Amino acid sequence: MPQTMFDKIWSAHEVSDGLLYIDLHLVHEVTSPQAFDGLRLAGRPVRRPDRTLATADHNVPTDGAKAARLIADQLSRVQVETLERNCEEFGILIYSLGSERQGIVHVIGPELGVTQPGMTIVCGDSHTSTHGAFGALAFGIGTSEVEHVLATQCLVQKRPKTMRILYSGELGPGVTPKDLILATIGRLGTGGMAGHAVEYAGPAIEALSMPGRMTVCNMTIEAGGRAGMIAPDETTFEWVKGRAAAPVDFDSAVERWRGLPTDAGASFDSKVEIDAAGISPMVTWGTTPGMVVEVTDTVPDPAAMDSPADRESAERALTYMALEPGTPMTEVAPERVFIGSCTNSRVEDLREAAAIVDGRKVAGSVRAMVVPGSHQVKLAAEAEGLHDVFRAAGFEWREAGCSMCLGMNPDTLIEGERCASTSNRNFEGRQGKGGRTHLVSPKMAAAAAIEGHFVDIREWS
Amino acid sequence: MRPIDVIEGKVSVLDRADVDTDQIIPKQFLKRVERTGFGEFLFYDWLRSGEISLEPNPILVAGRNFGCGSSREHAPWALEDFGFEAIVAPSFADIFYSNCTKIGLLPVELDEEHCRAVAEAGEARIDVDDQTITSAAGVFEFAIEPDVQHRLLNGLDDIGITLEGAAAIDEFEAGRQPDAAPTTTAL
Repeated sequence: MPQTMFDKIWSAHEVSDGLLYIDLHLVHEVTSPQAFDGLRLAGRPVRRPDRTLATADHNVPTDGAKAARLIADQLSRVQVETLERNCEEFGILIYSLGSERQGIVHVIGPELGVTQPGMTIVCGDSHTSTHGAFGALAFGIGTSEVEHVLATQCLVQKRPKTMRILYSGELGPGVTPKDLILATIGRLGTGGMAGHAVEYAGPAIEALSMPGRMTVCNMTIEAGGRAGMIAPDETTFEWVKGRAAAPVDFDSAVERWRGLPTDAGASFDSKVEIDAAGISPMVTWGTTPGMVVEVTDTVPDPAAMDSPADRESAERALTYMALEPGTPMTEVAPERVFIGSCTNSRVEDLREAAAIVDGRKVAGSVRAMVVPGSHQVKLAAEAEGLHDVFRAAGFEWREAGCSMCLGMNPDTLIEGERCASTSNRNFEGRQGKGGRTHLVSPKMAAAAAIEGHFVDIREWS
Repeated sequence: MRPIDVIEGKVSVLDRADVDTDQIIPKQFLKRVERTGFGEFLFYDWLRSGEISLEPNPILVAGRNFGCGSSREHAPWALEDFGFEAIVAPSFADIFYSNCTKIGLLPVELDEEHCRAVAEAGEARIDVDDQTITSAAGVFEFAIEPDVQHRLLNGLDDIGITLEGAAAIDEFEAGRQPDAAPTTTAL
């Protein structure tokens, strides 16, 4: 019987009914301390330290502090030091603050090559879906499950349903993977993929680079999807080849990986088709990623919405965002710009943004910052001179971490500030209490920094 | 985890859709390394601004897609520590739902109309065994996975159960190709 890629990976990892074997467990400082405590209390070891990798990312300052003890915030310092101690006690490899390989957990996995096709990958972080870009089954888990995986290398899982989203056509000039996924979330809604492992397919997906595919899979969770996946192909193999953790016998690994894509005629529980050519640069206007419009649109009018629940949510969102219905999105003026996060902080993202700001100046009304996704991304960008381009334009150029995506470190919005952000969530207070977030692509964020308001990147020169 | 059979009492209501885990427990409280004490920070911004008010009743009725966003288990910890024993909503985000079941906070999926009826009734009795929620509005049935129900009813520890089958994991590992996954400790 023809199988989907999801079916193949699931059945290859089923230890017993509903018990899934995990190939790689990524660990960070925020969702792990209580799990390690649980192990200690029960006197349990970590079953497979050799299938586990840790880094410090959520809490770390981006000011260049080179060791956990130099973190100024006491609670953050304790959390990172706790992770370091736990990893030492349980024999887990950690790239903490000061390591050349430190960075956002979803950036360093693919960067090191530990993210490979056909694997099951989990992490106590909802954006673990990012790794699905390699044709892996990857998803976020809670702390009890982190403890479960540490102790057993397995996870009790209900088999999700499958969905395929087929993108026909090609993305237009200036339209990025970020716009593709924002448009998809806008169409399906914040719960539209709930309970499903989602395969993104079609020519528009096949044409994407690995960073672009990671951006798409990353935001699967914003439509409630359990996991996002893209079939591995030459682009995937080329990315993994030569990386630190790439298989020694690379050719036979590729042979295996070629068997992963969904068979012709395999059936999905649901199917969606989207015309990629019809997608425009997108900007969110509200407080969920599904509250999104094309940059050429205006702020929607809640009064025109059919369902009372949608109307109420939209009204509350507009009050929070301090926006009037009917305002053109291009008149919305952010005071802050954040380029970073596990969604858009890879060197390709920075390159795209740098090309926009090159030779220009950040508007006087705007404070803009770039936070590379990992220390390696930072070094690679600096080798190309991207840091000089950003700095000359007036951007701050910082050290790697999650930073203002969730503002657990000192990088936060102050109350009422409006931000063009390349991150993944525009929830109330996400980037700082009372902060107003608009999600956009790196290009759109860069152009907003220069102009002091959103612009249609397709028309801008 | 303590066994859950019946949850009975007054109902608190949060009539909002898409309540995300950033609202349930804002990030500044995720820096704690303990598992307890999150209740006082529940809905920190909304409760302190007076935007909502919530009594720590046994049952919370909420809007669709409750618990969306981050995988932070701190959200169920905070709800439980505040005093809630069951959350009733038309739908839940997957990770949040799963996190609740791991700590014995009962998530009950009930269609929107019935959620409103229970909210209006103000008091309810949830029977995990019968899969019913009874209030002045009537008796409504809800669905729950049999294995989840079994674990909740008996207060079972997932890890303990899985480790009882450790031989199957050993066997699975022995049957795998050696390079099926990278060895992190070799990096």
